[in-house]
Amino acid sequence: MAHTPATHVLGLRCRECGREYDVAPVYTCEWCFGPLEVAYDYEAIAASVSRESIAAGPLSLWRYGPLLPVEFDRAVDLGTGFTPLVKADRLAAELGLRDVWIKNDTRNPTNSFKDRVVSIALSKALEFGFKVAACASTGNLANSVAAHAARAGLRSYVFIPSNLEQGKIVTTAVYGGKVVAISGNYDDVNRLCAELAGVYEWAFVNVNMRPFYAEGSKTLAFETAEQLGWETPDHIVVPVASGSLLTKIHKGFDELYKVGLLDSRPAVRVSGAQALGCSPVAQAYLDNADTIRPVKPDTIAKSLAIGNPADGYFALDVVRASGGGMAAVSDGEIVEGMRLLARTEGIFAETAGGVTVATLRKLAADGVIRPDERVVVYITGHGLKTLEAVSPTCGPTATIAPTLDAFHEAFDIEESS
Amino acid sequence: MAVTVRIPTQLRTLSGGAAEVDVAGATVGDALKALDGEYPGFNERLFDDSGALRRFVNVFLAEEDIRFLQGVDTPVADGQTISVVPAVAGG
Repeated sequence: MAHTPATHVLGLRCRECGREYDVAPVYTCEWCFGPLEVAYDYEAIAASVSRESIAAGPLSLWRYGPLLPVEFDRAVDLGTGFTPLVKADRLAAELGLRDVWIKNDTRNPTNSFKDRVVSIALSKALEFGFKVAACASTGNLANSVAAHAARAGLRSYVFIPSNLEQGKIVTTAVYGGKVVAISGNYDDVNRLCAELAGVYEWAFVNVNMRPFYAEGSKTLAFETAEQLGWETPDHIVVPVASGSLLTKIHKGFDELYKVGLLDSRPAVRVSGAQALGCSPVAQAYLDNADTIRPVKPDTIAKSLAIGNPADGYFALDVVRASGGGMAAVSDGEIVEGMRLLARTEGIFAETAGGVTVATLRKLAADGVIRPDERVVVYITGHGLKTLEAVSPTCGPTATIAPTLDAFHEAFDIEESS
Repeated sequence: MAVTVRIPTQLRTLSGGAAEVDVAGATVGDALKALDGEYPGFNERLFDDSGALRRFVNVFLAEEDIRFLQGVDTPVADGQTISVVPAVAGG
């Protein structure tokens, strides 16, 4: 077994069949193809962290170092994490809720939660001695891998579907790595990367780095609990693409309890948000089905357009076991959701955030999310990344000549109101 | 029908290191069974106890996921390629 004295990692374990593996850049169980997950020595972690030691740490995700699978002194750091958790009273009032909070992860270095997973993945890649970082991406991961690779001095190959939003292509290419646009959808890109990972000795963050990469999402749960005064919310709403984020946030709350940072066992209801044009997990939930049927995505929420979600089964299990719900929302509802969040809270989210807010609205209207619950909504990417979605409906209120008369003609405003 | 099966790295210990194996079969399922005939061990890795494909095993025929076709009953044409690919996360 690899010797990793600076972490509390015991090894890797298959989530499907429980077989154990040494720490290495591997991601699937050789026996059943199930995903591998990092296994920790929780007693050792409990002995090494306290609320005080965390409070004394940096204002970034690295404050939770002992709960992460990498050595802090090798960290690739652009200042990711510890993003604002803001109370959203105006949004809550519109939806008939009373205690809603927004975890604003648009505030990360490349403006999405992907900076969390990439920080961990590329730190681990350096530990393993890789020279090249790579990924398959719907856009946000592309931005983040390109930026962190630049920071770490790694070469990068980023693979994206060719129909991606222009903003996401520009904000990837600017970092100087190779950007490879594939004629196909994300699932096609991903399959190519799974095959490339067998050919090249690269750190594919979402392929051979995946067990480590996925752990980065737990920090969203850690921060939420700490920012709520070491308490957990009653209900959370999380966007679902591969299903990894939702699964890991849930795991993060449980881990805080395991290592003694929470006073009581968390009972967080977890709800998942998908776009109607790509809703394999929500459909399985709504149909009460055990099998997730892959789909061909067709939605403006491209960052969630994964038709064959690798962690879909685990996400479904978490939603069902926690008593949460799921919804699939239309492209129109997504745009409405983006505008609702911007109008009520001053936060501009990308389409995935529109999916999440629209799902919050739907589940609140259906009584799944109740007014007496403290709700945390995860906004995972910035609206500037997907301007196309709102540009048809967001423009100047009026275009006028630079004269008082022209203004008065356009706007009938009572004096000093 | 003669088809080529592309073997993922994780299973090449079973195929003696070969990345591609040529087999005969009328359907995707037949071809995968034939693979086990040639290199015993593939069946229990690809299929669960009930005989269904394991849920984290993805199988593609000529670049299309067989779940969009007729699953393991999808007919194969001479010279086509079947790929076995593990599921990967991301976004």
